[in-house]
Order: sequence, then C-alpha cells, then structure tokens
Amino acid sequence: MTDLVDLTIAQALDGLKKGEFSAVELTKAHIQEMEKAKHLNAYITETPELALEMAAKSDLQIKKGEMRPLEGIPIGMKDLYCTKGVMTTAASHILEGFIPFYESTVSQKLWDAGAVLMGKTNLDEFAMGSGTITGYYGATQNPWKRTNDNSVLVPGGSSGGSAAAVSAGLCMAATGTDTGGSIRQPASFCGVTGIKPTYGRCSRYGIIAFASSLDQAGPLARNVQDTALMLKIMAGFDDKDSTSAQIPVPDYLKSLDGDLKGKIVGIPKEYRPNGINPDVIKMWDAGIKWLKDAGAEVIEISLPNTEYALTVYHVIASSECSSNLARYDGVRFGIRAEGDTLDEMYANTRMQGFGKEVRRRILVGTYILGSSRYEDYFLKAQKVRRLIVDEFNEAFKKVDFLLTPAAPSTAVREDEMRSQDPITVFLNDAFVCPASLAGLPAMVVPAAISSDGLPLGLQIIGKPFGEEMIFKTASIIEKAAKFNLKPHRVEA
Amino acid sequence: MRYTISGKTGQWEVVVGLEVHCQVITKSKLFSAASATFGAEQNSSVSTIDAGYPGMLPVINKFAVEQTVRTGLAINATINKYSAFDRKNYFYADLPAGYQISQFFKPIVTDGYLDIVRDNGEIKRVGIERIHMEQDAGKSIHDLIPAKSCIDLNRAGVTLMELVTRPELESPEDAGKFVRKLRSIVRYLGTCDGNMDEGSMRCDVNVSVNRPGQKFGTRVEVKNVNSIRFVIQAVEIEAKRQIEAYENGEPVIQETRLFDDEKLETRAMRTKEFAIDYRYFPDPDLVHLVLDDDMIKRVKDNMPELPDAKKERFIKQYGLPAYDADILVSEKEIASYFETAAKNNDAKKVSNWIIGDLFALLNAQGKDITESPITAENLGKLVGLITDNTISGKIAKEVFSIMAETGKAPELIVEEKGLKQVTDTAAIEAEIDKVIIANQDKVAEYKAGKDKLLGWFVGQVMAATKGKANPAMLNEMLKKKLS
Repeated sequence: MTDLVDLTIAQALDGLKKGEFSAVELTKAHIQEMEKAKHLNAYITETPELALEMAAKSDLQIKKGEMRPLEGIPIGMKDLYCTKGVMTTAASHILEGFIPFYESTVSQKLWDAGAVLMGKTNLDEFAMGSGTITGYYGATQNPWKRTNDNSVLVPGGSSGGSAAAVSAGLCMAATGTDTGGSIRQPASFCGVTGIKPTYGRCSRYGIIAFASSLDQAGPLARNVQDTALMLKIMAGFDDKDSTSAQIPVPDYLKSLDGDLKGKIVGIPKEYRPNGINPDVIKMWDAGIKWLKDAGAEVIEISLPNTEYALTVYHVIASSECSSNLARYDGVRFGIRAEGDTLDEMYANTRMQGFGKEVRRRILVGTYILGSSRYEDYFLKAQKVRRLIVDEFNEAFKKVDFLLTPAAPSTAVREDEMRSQDPITVFLNDAFVCPASLAGLPAMVVPAAISSDGLPLGLQIIGKPFGEEMIFKTASIIEKAAKFNLKPHRVEA
Repeated sequence: MRYTISGKTGQWEVVVGLEVHCQVITKSKLFSAASATFGAEQNSSVSTIDAGYPGMLPVINKFAVEQTVRTGLAINATINKYSAFDRKNYFYADLPAGYQISQFFKPIVTDGYLDIVRDNGEIKRVGIERIHMEQDAGKSIHDLIPAKSCIDLNRAGVTLMELVTRPELESPEDAGKFVRKLRSIVRYLGTCDGNMDEGSMRCDVNVSVNRPGQKFGTRVEVKNVNSIRFVIQAVEIEAKRQIEAYENGEPVIQETRLFDDEKLETRAMRTKEFAIDYRYFPDPDLVHLVLDDDMIKRVKDNMPELPDAKKERFIKQYGLPAYDADILVSEKEIASYFETAAKNNDAKKVSNWIIGDLFALLNAQGKDITESPITAENLGKLVGLITDNTISGKIAKEVFSIMAETGKAPELIVEEKGLKQVTDTAAIEAEIDKVIIANQDKVAEYKAGKDKLLGWFVGQVMAATKGKANPAMLNEMLKKKLS
C-alpha cells in the first residue's frame, strides 16, 4: 500500500469511497506517524483513542453510503479552538486542565463534515509569536532541516504546530488562526499551503481570542485543492459571532481551474526591503513569470503605508489582547495561585500562568489604552490602519490581486529566534501583517526551495471575499512551481 | 427664589447631577440568551458568555435596544441611529471578562430632558446628557462563608441603562423629584421596574456647593444611594459636609464617597489620584449598533400615555385640580385605579378618597395600590352611594373601614348592617317630635336664642336613628320645627 500519510485529502476521499482502505486504517497510519515524530512536539494533546472512535464512525457512514465531504480525514486542531471534552490550553499554563464543555463553530463544522480529530496542535502562547516557541508546552520543531545542517528550525508561528503536523504527515490538514500572519508565515516556513480568509468569513465563536479585530480562522493543508476543501467547510455566517459575514460560501473547488486572461496582478514595490534573501526575490520573479504565462498582466504598484503595518499591528493587537486576556484571573477556570487578597491572587495567578511574551504584550496593551495615551497610540494606530485599508482599496481599483513573498527569509533557527529581540522577530511577519490589518484574504503556496534546501512561499492577497480568485491563482502557481519535496521523515 | 443652605458665613447654593442605573426589563441578558429574571437560584441563569469563558462572544439583545430607545423617546431625547459599544476594563471577581461592555464614546441616546414640578408649582426642566446601555456585573457575597467570598453571576450581563443628567438640579428636593419622575416614567414604559430596594434602580449622586453667583464648587460623587429618601438625604448631608469644610478653610477634594444610610453620613471611598483608569476602547467583538427607522417608528407608535400627558388629560377630562392630577398620575397603577373608580362618578370625590383615606390605609398597612384590600370598583361604588344619598359621608367612613377589613362590596355592607340613610320625612319627623317632647326645657333655651343647641338636637335624633338620618334633611326639618 502506498504510504497513506502521503495522500492528499482528495486522494484519500477517493480511496475511502472505493474501499481501498478504511478510515480507521487511514487514522492508524497517521497515529503511527505521530508516534515517530514526537520530537517535533507538533501536538500539545494527542487524541488517538478519540480519533479511532471517530474514524470507526466514518467507516459506518461510508458503509451506509452517506459519505460526508471530509469523511474520515485526520486533521489537527490548533489548540486555540475550544473542543468539547478535549483539553484546550492556548499553549498557556493558565489554562492547564481546562476542558471546554462547548465546541467552537468551525471545529463543529469540521466534525459535522466527518473529519477526525488527531489532536490539538501546538502554538505560541495565546497565538502570540512567530515561531511556536513561546508556549508552555515547549517549542515545535520544523520538520525541515537545512542541507547539511542539523540545527533545529522554527516552524513559524503561531500556527506552527499545525504547519509542522501537516508538513510531516501527522495529519492531512489542520486548522490555524491568523492574527498577523499566523497561518501564512508558518505555511511558508514548513512548505505547506495555508489561507487566511477575509475577516468575518469564518466564525470566531469558540476560538480563544488574541486580538478580536484581527483574528481569523483558516486551514493549512498540503495542496491548494485540499485547502479549498477545508475552507469550504470551515467558512460561513454564524449568528453567535457578531462580526461574521452574512455572505454565502462559494464552492471554492470550482475555481481551481482556468487561466488569468484579463486579470491584472499588482506587485507592491514596498515588499522588497534591504537585506531580503535573494532566493526570495528569485522565487517572486519566477511567480510573476508564471502568472504572465497564465495570461495575466503584471504591474508594479505602491503601498507606501506598508512600513507602518507592523507598528500599527502591535499597538492594536497588544491593546486588544490586554483586555481579552483579563478573563484569565484564576476565579472560574484554569490555574489559581492563592494570595492573601484578591489582587494578590490575581497577580500570582497571572504571573505564574502567563509566559514572558504574553505578559509583555499585556503590559504594552495596558499602557497604550491608558486614558492619557489612548489618543497618541491607539487612536493614531486606528487611523493609520484605516489608511492601510484605503491604500489596498485604491490598489484594487487597478489590480485584481497582489503577489508578494510570504516572508523575507526561510525558516529561522530556533536558538537564533530565541536570542532575537522582539522587534527583529516581528520582521518575519512584515509581508503577512498588512493583509491582516485590512481584513483581506491572503494565501501562501509553497513555490520554491532555497539554495540551502528550505521551502519558500508566495503570498496572494485578494479583494474582500475574493477567495475564489486567490484559489485560482494559487492553483496556477502550484502547477507551475511543481513543488513536490517533502521534509525528511524520521524513520522508526 | 433659589434654594440655599445657610452656613456659618452665609448662603450656599447646591448643584446636583444624577447618574441613574436602571435594570432593563428583558427576558434575556444584554449579550447572552441566559434568563435575566430576578430571584433565581444562585448561578442558575449564567451562560458561558456571562461567565467570560474562553472564546465566547457577545451578541446584542435587540429587545434591550428597543427598551432603551423607548426610554429615550420618553425623555424627549435624540435617538442615535449609529452608536457603539466599548469596553470598560477593570479587575473584580464578579466581573468575569475583566471588562464591562458599555457605551462610552457613542451612546445610543443623547440630549433629553424631564420636567419636574416643585412644591411651589414651579416647573423645572432638567437636562439629560445621555442614556447608554451596559452590562451589569455579578454579585460578590462576603458574609456567607467565613474567610471566603462567594460570587453569584445571575446578574452578570443583565442590561442596564445608565441615565446621566446635567448638573441642573438645585436642591435635595429637586433630586428626589427627578428620581421619582424618572421611576414613574420607566414604570409606565415597562422598561424598568424601578424597585430601588431590590437594586433594579440605583443612583449615584454628584454634589457640589457654591456661593450664589460664583462658579461651581468641587464635585463629589456619592455612591450607593438606593431610595428616593436616601437621594434627598445624601444631597443634604453631602452639601452640608462640603459647606462646613469650606467654612472651616478645609479643601473639598474630587472623590467618590459612600452614603451610609444608617449613620447618615458620607464616607470617602477613593480619591481622584486612586481613580481607576478604565482603559475604554471600542469592543472589537461587536459591530456598530445601527438602528433602523422602522424599529424607531414602531416603538414611537406604541408609546403608552406618559405621566405629563395623563396629568393634562385628568385635569381636562375629570376637572381635577393640578395638585390632585399630579398625585394620581405619579404611578401608572394609581392612575388606572383612579380611572376605574371614577367611571360614571364624581371624579373629585373619588380623588379625595384615594389621596386621603385610601393612601392612609395603604400607608398604615405598608401596601401599594396594586395590593389594596379595596378594589377600585368598590371604591367607585362607595362614592356612588354617597352621591345618590344612600349613605352619608360619615357612614361612608364606617363602610370604608369595613371594606378595608373584609374586602366586601360597599352596597353589601350597607345592606347587611342596615346603614341605609333614612330619607323618609315622616320617619325623621317622628323621631324629631319624640326628642322635642322629651326636652321641652332645651326647646325653650333654643328659642331664647341659644342657637348652638341645634347641634345637640341633631345629635339626639341621629342617635335615635343610629346615625342613618340624612343630615341635610334632618337639619332643615329641625330648624322648621323649632322656629
């Protein structure tokens, strides 16, 4: 039998339907792979028993001829999604032992479609980070290594556990969340495909909030088609999320073919900063050529406010998180560190419960929202955010979508990232952050291998709710790039 | 003349602004589907949203919005079609999310007013700056288990309307009258039950004092003022405290004080230096609150008759004096009691009975009008019996007290006790004659000019008829006989 963990979702569904293998077998293959890849630390909580139970149910469905769109497909769930009966931690000590008695809307949709939960994937604590190194349960390793260099690389973050698990064959697809690039940057670092849909496309209900005005759910998978299949299930209006969009979900699978005749691609010149890895530029140029070959017209555009995006992002995200994380106070759930007074209990609980990066951002956000600083920081950031939105809107009057690199470099060494100051770490997100601020859909597709053997991704940024255009373009890039390398697997 | 307080060194004016929190009558909470009813078992009406669980999101309760619009229309205010929710951040154990969702920057209702009538009949218009919607917090209970605090989240997330007046109230009475008027209006509207003792209406009182013609003094906020009487007392006590301080050369600092209704004093809670920075910012979990014209029109078209309009109508329709009308419309239930009792009746007489005997009775029994042992129909019948001379006013008082005890209809009581007035001239004449014959000496005295004796003769005949003789007829006939 071909290695079941190498199949795409589409191939697996086909095999299940034809009875070439069962959902239980498919799940078992992934459990075995998980056993072999413990060192990656891609999952915080593995749920093999539950997975086999779910897979057995899927086999019954298949037998009855009532196969659902993701029947029996093993997936990873970022441990930011609340899952009923399965511990949910946000990679934070403060939520240790927290077992939700409710299910997030997006995960529920996936279970309703027949998907099988392999486990809760690792992330940066409360999704705050770019390397999946800040969590209480340790760092996730990137399954990829540089040629002739055994150093441990970060998988990117914050959805690094999901990206690593998908890349290493520990699940066929995984959910992520993207606040400032947390799906796309790890997709690029791990050589997988990931989309952050338009803000409001997926419900945020039941997903632990980091920065509510930016957080958006999305899938990571091994190819464009699988990503489209996942998003189609995950997306849709939810009356439990006031910011979710009441717009029908198109069948993304239907937009995977065709050419780009009559389409105009914008190439923002600000995404070519000094010190950018030349391999990244090479990939970008190749991408431009592929799109031209597909019939698109390519023009250079300017988005001058791009340089403020990271700053604006950090002001807004820190402010929102300082308020969103106030509920972790030791009173109702998670850990509690006693104290002689209520304030002391709060301080002890939050000091012990939150890691350094989370505490840093809470402090920054609390400072920024202070009444004497609100105008100078928060309001100003909101205004610049508006300018960034306007700038994208202007651009989209001239172009149909934008093509940029996903990140200025390949995956960074873990020890290197740990020693970097926070500002330098943020630079990894320079290309993915602007689309988050503007709430735009953006997708990363692996498009090249760097000279030292690591994957590189291209980013397509679309118009609001322009996911179909993005999938079509991603599909063209995928075919042209012929990206078929896999990370070196650990042999048992 | 403006109200002033005399200090050691002269007269002082008082300036009062009020912040009134009204718990809005709704089935469910402001942002969750949990029940918002009062008095449920502890922590039984709490959703994961109210308890601030991870990943939970607020969804606005449209009926709560309507209720606030209804209240806004009743205070003659601007209804903002575009408003927004903000987070007020602070840590407390009964505030599960660590923030309260409120409307700080863009409230739903702005620029209204209410008219209050002062005791001298003067009408004072009080500006209302805003009404905004917000969530209530839960309740901390510190005295249930020693050395532990308990938290009841039933109230967490219940809708509050916070109404903020301009600093335009000028006396303790103004403040009391404003709260009374507001309470009456929200009860008319059914937007708040106005029960201050249950905490569904709560007041913070801002007080400052100044010399006539001078600038406002330093404003002090007095919290926890939970009855109309306490509002009046709190203003009085706090104003006097400030006057004393100024006169003793001590500063009055901007601070929050707590009203102690037992010791009748205000105590410092926290000064401005220790004021909490609430770090207000727009709640990113909620979109702007946009009101559609249809909803506003529907609410407007279904507004009940409010106290001011009702008062005008009572004056016109029933010919009542303004004083009576004012009292009768003060509560919706009193007004409706009056209207039922006054049906086909002498309205002024009905009003007198309600304001006089009935209120005295209810007061003595500690009941409100909805619990009255005498129904409006029966009070109406009682007044009818007086008007058609079936009983005298005096007998009516007797019947009234029996009604109060038994709840029986007045005509039944009159029948059972044989209290029907004697209007038969022959019967009265016979009794008069008996009295005259038996008291010839008194007759002589009367005729000699001792007019006062007429009352004595009336008394004798009344006693003989057990009070049932029609007093007017008796008087008339006696005068004739004795002349």
